[in-house]
Amino acid sequence: MQIESVLEERARRAPEKVALVCGTSRWTYAALAADVHALAQGLIALGVGAGDRVALCLENGFEAVVSTFAVLEAGAAVVFVNPMTKAEKLAFLLHDSGAVALLVADKKLETVTGLLSQSPRLRTVLVVGDVPRETRTSAPDVLAWKDVVSGHDPVRPTARAIDVDLACLLYTSGSTGSPKGVMHTHLSLLAATRSIAQYLEATRDDVVLSVLPLSFGYGLTQLLPTFLAGGTLVLERSFAYPQVTLQRMSAERCTGFAMVPTIAAILLQNDLTKFDVGSLRYVTNAGAGIAPELLKELRRRLPSTRIFPMYGQTECIRATFLPPEEVDRNPTSVGKGMPNQEMWIVDESGRRLPPGHTGELVVRGAHLMRGYWNQPDATAQKLRPGPMPGETVLFTGDVFRIDADGWFYFVSRKDDVIKTRGEKVSPREVENVLHACDGVLTAAVIGVADALLGQSVRAFVVKKPGAELDERAVLRHCARHLEDFAVPRRVEFLEELPKTPNAKIDKQALQERGGPA
Amino acid sequence: MTDIAKKISTFITDNLLLGRTVDLVGTSSFLDAGIIDSTGVLELVQFLEETWGLSVKDEEMVPENLDSLVRLESFVKKKLGK
Repeated sequence: MQIESVLEERARRAPEKVALVCGTSRWTYAALAADVHALAQGLIALGVGAGDRVALCLENGFEAVVSTFAVLEAGAAVVFVNPMTKAEKLAFLLHDSGAVALLVADKKLETVTGLLSQSPRLRTVLVVGDVPRETRTSAPDVLAWKDVVSGHDPVRPTARAIDVDLACLLYTSGSTGSPKGVMHTHLSLLAATRSIAQYLEATRDDVVLSVLPLSFGYGLTQLLPTFLAGGTLVLERSFAYPQVTLQRMSAERCTGFAMVPTIAAILLQNDLTKFDVGSLRYVTNAGAGIAPELLKELRRRLPSTRIFPMYGQTECIRATFLPPEEVDRNPTSVGKGMPNQEMWIVDESGRRLPPGHTGELVVRGAHLMRGYWNQPDATAQKLRPGPMPGETVLFTGDVFRIDADGWFYFVSRKDDVIKTRGEKVSPREVENVLHACDGVLTAAVIGVADALLGQSVRAFVVKKPGAELDERAVLRHCARHLEDFAVPRRVEFLEELPKTPNAKIDKQALQERGGPA
Repeated sequence: MTDIAKKISTFITDNLLLGRTVDLVGTSSFLDAGIIDSTGVLELVQFLEETWGLSVKDEEMVPENLDSLVRLESFVKKKLGK
């Protein structure tokens, strides 16, 4: 079964059921499927072939959902790009993935046109919104998304992919600096989708509210399990105005809501008693661990809502969930493995450790990534031989403790990747940007504990002799080259960076110096 | 531009845009333009409270009051009783 069939099944069985709500507009499963078929036909007519990659750089909305399924129906794989991505990184992603088409909002078109010469494989740009006349004729083809949809018949194309084919690339930041494309197949996405729908007990009566971008694995898994169960997805562009989100939650009688800890913390700054959120059956937390105090407060303020703390990583989408009935008793645990997967911890030499120990988490199941796109060495590090001949299991790089009852507790990451607002930030990527800033001699970046953000990005900079440089100038430079969440919150200037005895930058010393945000 | 609009504009340029060049006056929605997110809204509200000694209630933290320079200016004026 291909992943797009979660939509097609529902369009066949419950065509008139509302599938998607964006703003004041709603679409039934049948209406959504019709536009998906038309866009898929359009993509095929434009030369998108089986096995090609198509990049989606779109904010949450109807067009993003239709485009996701249409690319898959056309037999291609979706390259999910966070709509906040800046020009240089977008150029890198287009080049790295070898995308043949890009679907993008009109307000980003200007940024995109500057990159086209660096992306020779890119043949087509579909623009959601207005397409200025002067850009319509240039090569690659720049076309209006809505014209392509309206110009093709809403007939489902013959299946062009099988379930072991690539379905998407989800780019993730690692310690190396350049993001890596995590390959998920139809099969791996479907396996994750089924497990998640099972433990959340998703049903056709669910109305799931999502403010997380579809380009984020956690955002994508709001869409897929909801459609698998035949429920309704209320898709919001952002959580910028929590009052608006709460009004939507109440007006749409939402039953599920996905949070990262920062969203939970901001939500709790609002008076929830002013909204009727009695329909809310569950909330989930992932992206980063949630503090026990936040959990306690959520329990107090939403007493009839079930809370699911969870853990996952892009490489396997999801691994654990804590059953809601355990939250009061065990608030620091991320639970046990989700259905249809196995996990355990190992020591440095890869030996399995019994409960009571601490070691690296290893995950086994059909939901694991197929590897990193074009990075066999990085893949071999993460996917290593498993218990069955020929199979591989995922070495997560995250250290966990298991207690005597088998509950898992997140301890630390093995790398230095920063988690801020639920997003991963590579210190190396930020350092590379800092090194390219005029007047910077050298720089180091760490994450420091922050009550709202989880971790906040802190930069330490040594200026070139005589350079005139202040914090504001450094931040400005960063904001031009990095997504908002990756821009340091503070910059400290040092005479020199502390070094370890073997001349590496001593991040531990910086950490001690960093103090609170 | 009024004094209020100028101060808000400077704050947004220095703290949220960080050097990106955006025509704030011509922007009808900060959210649509990708200028502001959830932590940005909190920073903006804190700025309004500190600069004009206001107290912004939860239910006032909505796009109708905060999502453009024109809206922000009239919100601050309303709160100041002008």
